[in-house]
Amino acid sequence: MTIFIPTPLRPFAAGKDAVEVSAGTIAGALDELTQAHPDLRKHLFTSEGKVRAFVNIYLNDEDVRYLPAKEATEVSPADTLSIIPSIAGGN
Amino acid sequence: MTVLRVDRTVYDAIRAHGEETYPHECCGALLGRATPEGWWIEASVKAGNTRTDSAHNRYQISPAELVKIEREARRQGLSIAGFYHSHPDHPAQWSQTDLAEAHWLGCSYVITAVAKGKAAITNSFRLAGDTEENKLFEPEPIDVNEPVS
Repeated sequence: MTIFIPTPLRPFAAGKDAVEVSAGTIAGALDELTQAHPDLRKHLFTSEGKVRAFVNIYLNDEDVRYLPAKEATEVSPADTLSIIPSIAGGN
Repeated sequence: MTVLRVDRTVYDAIRAHGEETYPHECCGALLGRATPEGWWIEASVKAGNTRTDSAHNRYQISPAELVKIEREARRQGLSIAGFYHSHPDHPAQWSQTDLAEAHWLGCSYVITAVAKGKAAITNSFRLAGDTEENKLFEPEPIDVNEPVS
């Protein structure tokens, strides 16, 4: 499957905007990604290993938080995973 | 210091968006290319403000919409280079809320002050630093790229 890397994380993924992985689950895909690019780990996960609160992960068009099996969801080679840091603010 | 280069049509569009949504905050994404000087913005995408509970002084873009925006950026061969929002009847300066909720390191955050419904000053701030702990906003000049006549 393809993992799309957002602009702010590309410097920690050798400048790539997408990374191909072969894992069978979302958790496995993220693990494969951070094995290949260890500098990404602190940007994606807390020290307890949880996905950071402001990091959204979408399997195709679905928020992984709301999938029944969450990160244990199985994936196929045609799927895409998007990493999207949140956007908010105000005066 | 980086410079944010913005095509004239995009610059005018994001300022007009702030006038359209006044007295609420507008928000959207900036699509562009990296240059040695900073981002060159070639397109903008309007986004909905999901903070309907406090739209006069807060904005938020739904991640589902961001996924679609990023897909569109890729289709155009561009990257999400930053975001814009308006400050209705408030200066075009970043706030502590803006900094706390900014997570796109290396990207540009453009703020337009909208005074009594009219777009006033537009400023850009690049989110510098390389971690959540040392991030900071650095002001960057905006260079409006005029069309070749």
